[in-house]
Amino acid sequence: MQQPNRLRPFFENITFDRSDNELILNFGPQHPSAHGQLRLMLHLQQEQITKAHPDIGYLHRGMEKMAENMIYNEFMPTTDRMDYIASSSNNYGFALAVEKLIGLEVPRRAKVIRMMLLEMNRLMSHLFWLATTALDIGAMTVFLFAFREREYLMDLIEDYCGARLTHAAIRIGGVPLDLPDNFIADLRKFLDKLPENIKDYEDLLDSNRIWKMRMENVGVISKEMALSWGCSGIMLRASGIEWDIRKEEPYELYDEVEFNVPVSDKGDNYARYKLYMAEMRESAKILHQVIDMYADTTPELMAHAPQYISAPKIDIMTQNYSLMQHFVLVTQGMRPPVGEVYVATESPKGELGYYINSQGDAYPYRLKLRAPSFWHTGILTDLLPGHYIPDVVAIIGTTNIVFGEVDR
Amino acid sequence: MAQHQVNYLKDGGLPVALTTIDKVVNWGRSNSLWALTYGLACCGIEMMASGASRYDFDRFGTIFRASPRQAELMIVAGTLTKKHAEFIRRLYDQMTEPKWVISMGSCANTGGMFNTYATVQGVDRVIPVDLYLPGCAPRPETLQYAVLLLQQKIRRESASRAQKPKRLM
Repeated sequence: MQQPNRLRPFFENITFDRSDNELILNFGPQHPSAHGQLRLMLHLQQEQITKAHPDIGYLHRGMEKMAENMIYNEFMPTTDRMDYIASSSNNYGFALAVEKLIGLEVPRRAKVIRMMLLEMNRLMSHLFWLATTALDIGAMTVFLFAFREREYLMDLIEDYCGARLTHAAIRIGGVPLDLPDNFIADLRKFLDKLPENIKDYEDLLDSNRIWKMRMENVGVISKEMALSWGCSGIMLRASGIEWDIRKEEPYELYDEVEFNVPVSDKGDNYARYKLYMAEMRESAKILHQVIDMYADTTPELMAHAPQYISAPKIDIMTQNYSLMQHFVLVTQGMRPPVGEVYVATESPKGELGYYINSQGDAYPYRLKLRAPSFWHTGILTDLLPGHYIPDVVAIIGTTNIVFGEVDR
Repeated sequence: MAQHQVNYLKDGGLPVALTTIDKVVNWGRSNSLWALTYGLACCGIEMMASGASRYDFDRFGTIFRASPRQAELMIVAGTLTKKHAEFIRRLYDQMTEPKWVISMGSCANTGGMFNTYATVQGVDRVIPVDLYLPGCAPRPETLQYAVLLLQQKIRRESASRAQKPKRLM
């Protein structure tokens, strides 16, 4: 705790050795452009940063501990609140981990719908990233533009599952609902307009002198640095390493769709910005292909595994044994076999991993979340020294960290 | 000599509106509620969405400010953790009177789904709250409705005296 009558600030676990004119600036935990509750302790020499210390934990909600006291299906809505900008990708990572643990095969239609949700979430996340980063750097117009498109996507997701932000739209073993009427037509309409919109953003930003000065050659992450800090996703690909889990260990239907993994070897903010724009285009491409796949699928939505997954509603209402199983699954929860599993998926931010250790109970013995943003926050220690204060905002922007995920 | 005489009671009467100072002040206060950007978690995203293009919070005179000195409304949007609780109190104290607080979302209301060792079970344990907004996360329309309700509340208050001390839970 702080001691109000002392001049020297006292912080737990941190010592400040001050011998010169060094200024210590607290950036956060409630800073409008810190993308959440990041607190950075910046040691400044004039305007230049000599040492940066990211302090996290201001949004620690104890999700991993919560998971140990919840049955598997009960934990699903909690995963929404991790990376709350793309909630379905968290749902999906958890569902996939439990499915691997049990050994479930998901019906094809559910896979197609999941792919749609995942890519729509990626688009939402990237649009949100663009909006907030542009706002932090001063491009208010781009913020308003990108939020407009994001609202269209949220409308689509709302059509599907009823929620805008916290979807919980993916279940263990499949998806709960089929696509509503007109969903595909609306999605197509959106996708047809998207390339124009992306071009609008690029017209506003690409040749903008201020944007280039704030982004180019700022926050350069070398290949070695990216690897040693455990970066993933765009942070890694912008530094010249072609690594996308959708390509390396394809899950769902990613091995059936054609898409490119954009890579850059510059490693600066501008390279990351270009990759986000390129990934949006790739997502749109994947969505077009997935829409075509939807037509030739059978209408099953949930895997058939009566021991773990409730039977379809019609069976529950007509067959006594299904009703009993459903009752047991709802009140006691499924009991996956003893074992442990680690499943990594490519969330919009990077590698999102779920480690589940099951002892055969209805509750996981241990659930570990490997969130990409956590590692991308750590890299600020090495990345910020040498930069100036205004660069901090730009760098935090392009690392795309979300604190629900960092602190969990 | 002009026989001109104004009948102050005819044709709408005086070109003057009669009101009380309280009403004028409250009218001004309620229609320019500047909110502190206090996005703590997921609800903060919906708070941003309500400020962005579709929902356009500026229509209600609500503009987000980054400094507590320039804000009179604190929208606590998200989970308050014990580690952060100290700072929310400090920022609340830095805001100039009169000030109001909207607690947005289940986490800020009661701790919501996060009944754990790390979260504060309701922001009203730390700062007094004027309006609770249910939902996880509440939609932007809900937040705008809450601001409209808060405007009604402000218009009912007396403007001349200092605000009465508010109750903590």
